[in-house]
Amino acid sequence: MEFVLALLCGFMIAASVYLMLAGNTIRYIFGLVIATNAVNLLIFVAGRLSSPQPPLIPQGAKVPPENVANALPQALILTAIVIGFALLSFVFILFYRAYYATGTVETEKMRIAEPETEMHSTGASKPEGPDV
Amino acid sequence: MNWLLILPIIIPFLTAAVCLLCRHNYGRHKTLSLIGAIIHLGACMALILYTISHGMTAMQAGNWPVPFGITLVADHLSVIMVMVTGILGFTVVAYSTADIDEKLINRGYHSIMHILLGGVCGAFLTGDLFNLYVWFEVMLIASFGLIILGGETRQLDGGVKYVMLNLLSTLLFIAGLGLLYGITGTLNMADLHYAVQAVPDKALITTVAVVFMVAFGIKAGLFPLFFWLPASYHTPPAAVSAILAGLLTKVGVYALIRMFTLVFTFNIAYTHGLLVVAAIATMITGVLGATAYYEFRRILSFHIISQVGYMVLGLALFTPLAITGAVFYLLHHMIVKANLFLISGVCQRIGGTMDLNRLGGFYRHHGLLAFFFFIPAFSLAGFPPLSGFWAKMILIRASLEINAYIAAAAAAVVGLLTAYSMTKIWGEVFWKPAPETYTPSLDSIRPTADIRLILPIAVLAAITVIIGLMPGPFLALAEQAAHELLHPEVYVNTVLGGI
Repeated sequence: MEFVLALLCGFMIAASVYLMLAGNTIRYIFGLVIATNAVNLLIFVAGRLSSPQPPLIPQGAKVPPENVANALPQALILTAIVIGFALLSFVFILFYRAYYATGTVETEKMRIAEPETEMHSTGASKPEGPDV
Repeated sequence: MNWLLILPIIIPFLTAAVCLLCRHNYGRHKTLSLIGAIIHLGACMALILYTISHGMTAMQAGNWPVPFGITLVADHLSVIMVMVTGILGFTVVAYSTADIDEKLINRGYHSIMHILLGGVCGAFLTGDLFNLYVWFEVMLIASFGLIILGGETRQLDGGVKYVMLNLLSTLLFIAGLGLLYGITGTLNMADLHYAVQAVPDKALITTVAVVFMVAFGIKAGLFPLFFWLPASYHTPPAAVSAILAGLLTKVGVYALIRMFTLVFTFNIAYTHGLLVVAAIATMITGVLGATAYYEFRRILSFHIISQVGYMVLGLALFTPLAITGAVFYLLHHMIVKANLFLISGVCQRIGGTMDLNRLGGFYRHHGLLAFFFFIPAFSLAGFPPLSGFWAKMILIRASLEINAYIAAAAAAVVGLLTAYSMTKIWGEVFWKPAPETYTPSLDSIRPTADIRLILPIAVLAAITVIIGLMPGPFLALAEQAAHELLHPEVYVNTVLGGI
């Protein structure tokens, strides 16, 4: 089972890398969604698929019974999901605003902060020393 | 439970909450924010004084037994970083009271700024890997907010690139974290120190180490991963650039130092060898990038990258002297870099642009500003007796000691090229006669704004000069930090209590 899930993780990461490299903000968002889920699945599998039993401690006992699910990865994933969801909603709004402001979803065409002509000096005067 | 450890984290969050409550009262908002920043600075100072006199301390949140709860650890590296955070927080908030306009403040500028400071302090003080991830996210979402606050097209454009690559970095971080948990079964950093050594299959751990290296490398701006930085750091208001430049990439460097001295130290030839190559490439590409541009803040952004190379070089060489150099470099660089960005903001206010071709005559008309620019700029380039000189000298000497001649040569040449591009800014902005089209903007003639803008710059410049003229105490602190980093058993014993 772990082997199949590991393959699935790899497949999801591959798909998300493909989408993220497409140079398009919409595809990036889909890539991000898939990658986030792939990573959550990875944490889950890394915590071992031991048992479907919930890790509840019976009344009076001090330790959970043998053969319960590992609760820690689930707690980690829960935190990651919450954070990921918040970031995702932020990214949606940011990319929407960026589309409105720049008029494009193609990242190669978003050159307002980094104009292509900027690297060349416009031929203004060279420093000539202090004119005190 | 040692409450001093939690104060630098909790004070900014309280300040943020209080600021949020009165965000429609412009004047009160600024005052409260400044008071919060001053209290935060006081708490950071108290923490460093306590650590100097009592040594390393640890705190278990909620009194959970280690390694199950969240641990906060104050070793010398952490408290140095927290102290600098306090200083930068105070100066940048003070600068913001004059620089940031009412519109941004009404949208919660000061609250986000304090959340950022709290997140950064949390990242520096935590001793738990998952907790570090959470602080990274707190910091990241606050920096997202700051970088696009105002919503200008340039900001949104830069913000898209910043967000894209930084989200990838956190995804890699949490993937590495999951794998590390799967292999060792723990996420407490002190516990990981022994757990990692006990793993039989070292190849697996090396793979995870490289995942962490890439994740923190993106954050720190290491060689092939830095492209988000010069694409975005020049777009927000100057005060925001200053805090991002001073703190955020350095959290990445801090995380690299922490992980690669405490946890991943079993295969130094490979992991730290990789870091040496990345560090040298980072120094050179960063400084060459800076020479190509004529935009004030873009030049400074590329210098962040090249300076990060020096710090990582210190970590990668992995000798006591080199790590001392890395810590000293962090201390010096954070102050100098934030100050340069603040100065660029004043220049923009006066000249109305960041384009070097269209600025000029500042030496003649704004002598004080020229004086304050000279100190951090040439400290960055490594002129004696300013702080950057000592930082560079320690690192070059550390490289020579272990016959790493290429690293030493790269450090020296990059220093020279840094001086070249600082001279470019100096020549264009300060010495060149003012362009004929020069028309002072309304902001530059508003008299009250000036002193509040200049004072934080003066404070940071004074700290640079103090570190330069008497590096002894700061060097002793850095040495102590390096000693602790190279003897992780001290850290482990403090946290685990000698189990």
